[in-house]
Amino acid sequence: MKRFPYIPHTEEDIKEMMNVIGINDIKELYKDIPKLFEGELNIPESKSEIEVKRELLELSKRTINLEDYAMFRGAGIYKHYVPSAVYQLATKRNFLTAYTPYQAEVSQGTLQALYEFQTAICELTGMEVANSSMYDGGTAVAEAILMASRVNKKHKALVAKSIHPEYIEVSRTYTESQGLEIDLINFNEKTGRIDLEDLKSKIDENTSSVVISYPNFFGIIENIKQIKEILPEKVLLIVNAYPIALGLLEAPGKLGADIVVGEGQSLGNYMSFGGPTFGFFASKQKYIRQMPGRIIGETVDADGKRGFVMVLQTREQHIRRAKATSNICSNHALMAVIASIYLSIIGREGLKEIAYQSYQKAHYLAKKLIESEKFEPIFEGEFFNEFVIKPKFDLDKFNEKLYEEKFIGPLNLGYFFEDMKNDALFCATELNTKEEIDYLISKVGEIDEINL
Amino acid sequence: MKLIFEKSKEGRTAFSLPKLDVPEMKIEIEDELLRKEAPNLPQVNELEVVRHYNELERKNHSVDSGFYPLGSCTMKYNPMLNEEMANLFNYIHPYLEEEHVQGALELMYNLQNYLGEITGMDAVTLQPAAGAHGELTGMLIVRKYIEDNGFTNKTKVILPDSAHGTNPASAKMAGFDVVEVKSGADGRVDLEEFKKVMDDTVAAIMLTNPNTLGLFEKDILEIARLAHEHNALLYYDGANLNAIMGKVRPGDMGFDIVHLNLHKTFSTPHGMGGPGSGPVGVKAKLKDYLPKPIVDINEEGKYFFNYDIPKSCGRLRTFYGNFSVMVRAYTYILMMGKEGLKFASEMAVLNANYLRKRLEKEFDIAYDEVCKHEFVIDGSFLKEYGVKTLDFAKRLLDYGIHPPTIYFPLIVHEAMMIEPTETESKEELDNFVEVMHKILEEAKTDPEILKEAPRNTPVRRLNETIANKQLKLRG
Repeated sequence: MKRFPYIPHTEEDIKEMMNVIGINDIKELYKDIPKLFEGELNIPESKSEIEVKRELLELSKRTINLEDYAMFRGAGIYKHYVPSAVYQLATKRNFLTAYTPYQAEVSQGTLQALYEFQTAICELTGMEVANSSMYDGGTAVAEAILMASRVNKKHKALVAKSIHPEYIEVSRTYTESQGLEIDLINFNEKTGRIDLEDLKSKIDENTSSVVISYPNFFGIIENIKQIKEILPEKVLLIVNAYPIALGLLEAPGKLGADIVVGEGQSLGNYMSFGGPTFGFFASKQKYIRQMPGRIIGETVDADGKRGFVMVLQTREQHIRRAKATSNICSNHALMAVIASIYLSIIGREGLKEIAYQSYQKAHYLAKKLIESEKFEPIFEGEFFNEFVIKPKFDLDKFNEKLYEEKFIGPLNLGYFFEDMKNDALFCATELNTKEEIDYLISKVGEIDEINL
Repeated sequence: MKLIFEKSKEGRTAFSLPKLDVPEMKIEIEDELLRKEAPNLPQVNELEVVRHYNELERKNHSVDSGFYPLGSCTMKYNPMLNEEMANLFNYIHPYLEEEHVQGALELMYNLQNYLGEITGMDAVTLQPAAGAHGELTGMLIVRKYIEDNGFTNKTKVILPDSAHGTNPASAKMAGFDVVEVKSGADGRVDLEEFKKVMDDTVAAIMLTNPNTLGLFEKDILEIARLAHEHNALLYYDGANLNAIMGKVRPGDMGFDIVHLNLHKTFSTPHGMGGPGSGPVGVKAKLKDYLPKPIVDINEEGKYFFNYDIPKSCGRLRTFYGNFSVMVRAYTYILMMGKEGLKFASEMAVLNANYLRKRLEKEFDIAYDEVCKHEFVIDGSFLKEYGVKTLDFAKRLLDYGIHPPTIYFPLIVHEAMMIEPTETESKEELDNFVEVMHKILEEAKTDPEILKEAPRNTPVRRLNETIANKQLKLRG
C-alpha cells in the first residue's frame, strides 16, 4: 500500500475500521453510485515533497519576482512596504487554519482581530460602521451599488468613467441580472475630475447612487464635497477610496460619503498577482441592516467578561437564504487581519508619513518627467501618487528597455482605453528612491539615442 | 482583553521610514480635501503588537490545534509545503507583460486542466474568489445560456431544501426565482416532488452530491435526464467533492456546471473565513459564457490571458482570481497525484462511516445508512435530558474539540453535521467517540454541566442578544 504524508491510515487501521462498519472492501462504500468512474484520472502520479518543490521553484523562476525591482506601476495594486512582522504574525497557524468563527468561545482571536479591523476601517474612512471584508475592491463597489438600491429602492447607478475599468465591469456583471442600470459619467478632459455638468444632467428620479474613486483611476483627487452638494437627498454617494491616500486626504465620511469601499491590498498585503487581497466596506450606521457580509460586535460572556461575536446574522445567506443581503459566505478575513496588523504597526504617524512620502515622490517624478520635455501633461487636477502623461515616444518599447534594468515602467493606458493609447499611468510610493527616479529620468534623456 | 487601540500611547511606534530623499514640494490640494484629524490608529511598540496578536492567536481553535469536524467545510490538514510554495509568488503585479509571468500562467493553465479532469468538465475558470462566488458565476453562465438560446420563459432555479444557504442566495442574485423541493423520506431529492416542479420554466437545478446529509443522490441520472429534456442545466455545488475524487465525476453524472472550493477539497487554509477560491468548470456547450479572461496556450507554446470570449457572462472580480490560493491547491494536487486524491476521498468516506457506526447505537443518526464524507446526528433525543444540540456542542469545546456544524441542514431537527475528513487518524476518531459518549453520560446524569459549558475556553458562552441589541461594532 502506498503511503501519503497527509493521510494517517495504515493497512491495519483500514481493516479494523472496515470491520466495525461491516464491509470487506472500500468499494462497498460507493455501491449506491451509478456510473462510477472506472478509469484513472489524467493527472500526474503522486510525488515527493522534494520533487514538488523542484517543480514549483522552476515555475517561479519563469515568473518575475518584483521584490528587487523599481516599480513605477500601480493601477489598483501597489507595491508598498510590508513590514517584517505583518505576515509572521498573520500567518500563525491558529489564524491560518481556523474557519469562520461559528463557535465564538474558541474564536476570540479571529473575532477580536476582525473587530479591531472594523475599528481601523471606520477610523480611516470616517464612517460609523464597517464589515469584516469583501473579496476585493471591485466586488465591494458592486455590492455597494446593490446595497444602495436596497436602501432607496431605486435602480440606476451613475458610475464615474474614471473609476478602475475592471470595477465597472464587475459592477455591470453583478447588477445586470438584478435589473439595475449603470450609466457612466464622463471626466472633465482638462482636470481629470468627474464632469459635474454631465453628472447633473444624468441624475433623475431613478438614480440610486453615484460612484466615484478617491483618488480616481488617473490618480486625480475628486472633490467629494462638491459632488455631494449636487446630489438629491435620497441618492447615495459611494466612494471607492485608496486607503493609503487617507493618511493625507480628508476622510470621505467627513465630506458626505454614504458608503465607503475600497481595495485593501495596499494595507500590508502582498501583490500576489492580484489576489487574494480584500475589499473593505463601511457605511453610515442607519444602513447597517442592508450591509452585505459578516459583521462582528462586542458583547459579554456568562461571567460578564468582554467578548466578541458575529452579529446581525439574519441578513446572511445561512439564515435568510434567498432573501439575504448577499450570497457572500467565505470572505477574505485573513487579508483583513493582515491589514489590521499592518495598521497597528505603522500606526497613526506611519500612515501619515507613508501617504506624505508617496505624494512627494510621485510629484518629484512628475516634475522631472515634464522637465525632460519627452512628455506632455494631460490633466491639470491635483493628484496623489499616480498621474497620467503623454510620452512623445513608443511607451511599450521604452518599458521593455526599462525592464532590462529591473525597472517596471508605467502602465500603458491603451490597455484599458482605446482613446488613450500610449498614455502613461505612472505611480510612486514610499518605496521609490530618489536614485531610482533620477535613473529613470536619465533613461528618458537617452530616448533619442536608444532608438525606440 | 484590551483592544490594540486601548494599548495605544502617544509617541510610541513600531515603524520607521527612510528620510524623505526628494526635495519637498508644497502640497497643492485644496484645503477642504486635506485631512484635518489623523485616523486614530494605535501607537504601539513592535513587541506590544507581537504580544497582542500572539495572545489573540492562542484564543483560536484551528485544524492545527485539534479535531475540527465541521460538516460541509472539509477542515482537512493544510500542508506546510503549500505555504512555502505560495510565498514564491508574492511579488507579482497583475499588470505585467505576459512573457514575464509565464510560470504563473502555466501553473494556472495546468490547474484549469487538472480541475477539469477531476470534475469531468471541458473548460474551467479560476476567477471566482470563493464557493458562493463560484455559484454566482455559474448562475450567470446559466443566464447567458438561456438568453443566447432564446429560452425567455426560463425564470426558475430548483434546489432541494437541504441545500447550502448560499445556493438560493446565489440564484437570487443572478435574478432567478428559487423553488425548493422537499427531500423524500430517504433524505434525497424526492423524484415525484421534483417532477411536479420540473417544467420548461426551469433554468437550472442546483445540487450537492453527495448532499448535505452525506447521502448520494442515487437518482441523479434520472434527474439529469429530466433536466436536459426541458433544456435546463444541472449545477453541481462542489462543497462535498471531497467524497468522490477519482470515484465518480460530476461531468459523467450529467452535470453541466461545477464549482469547487479549493479551500475545502484541495487543502488550502481557511484563514478564519477566507480567502477561499471557487473555480467553475463547464461542459463544452457552455464554455463561451465563462468569465473573462481564462488562461490559454498558443501555437508557440506561450501562455496568455484569453479575453476573446464574446458571449462571456462578464467579469466577476478584478484581476484573475486568488492566485496564491491556486498555488497551494496546485502544490497539493502534485503531492497527492491521481492515486492520492482517490485515496483521500476513500479515507474521508471510511472515516465518516466509521464514526457513524461507532456512534449509531447511542446517538440518533438521521438517515442511518452508508454515507459518504459526512453524516448528521438528530439531536432531538437530547430533549429528554433537558439539553439541546447547542449545549452538547458547547461541551465539546471543553474537551478541546471543535463541534460539528450545528442546526444545519435545516431538514434535520437539532442537527449535528459531522465531517471528519481523511487527514484524521483512527486514534483521533476513537477519542472523539469516547468524548461524545462521555458527554452523553453527563447529559443523563448532570445536564447542568452541558448547560453551563464551556468552562475551559478563553471566554464562556457569549451573549448574542446583548450583542445584537447594543450593536457595538467598533472600539
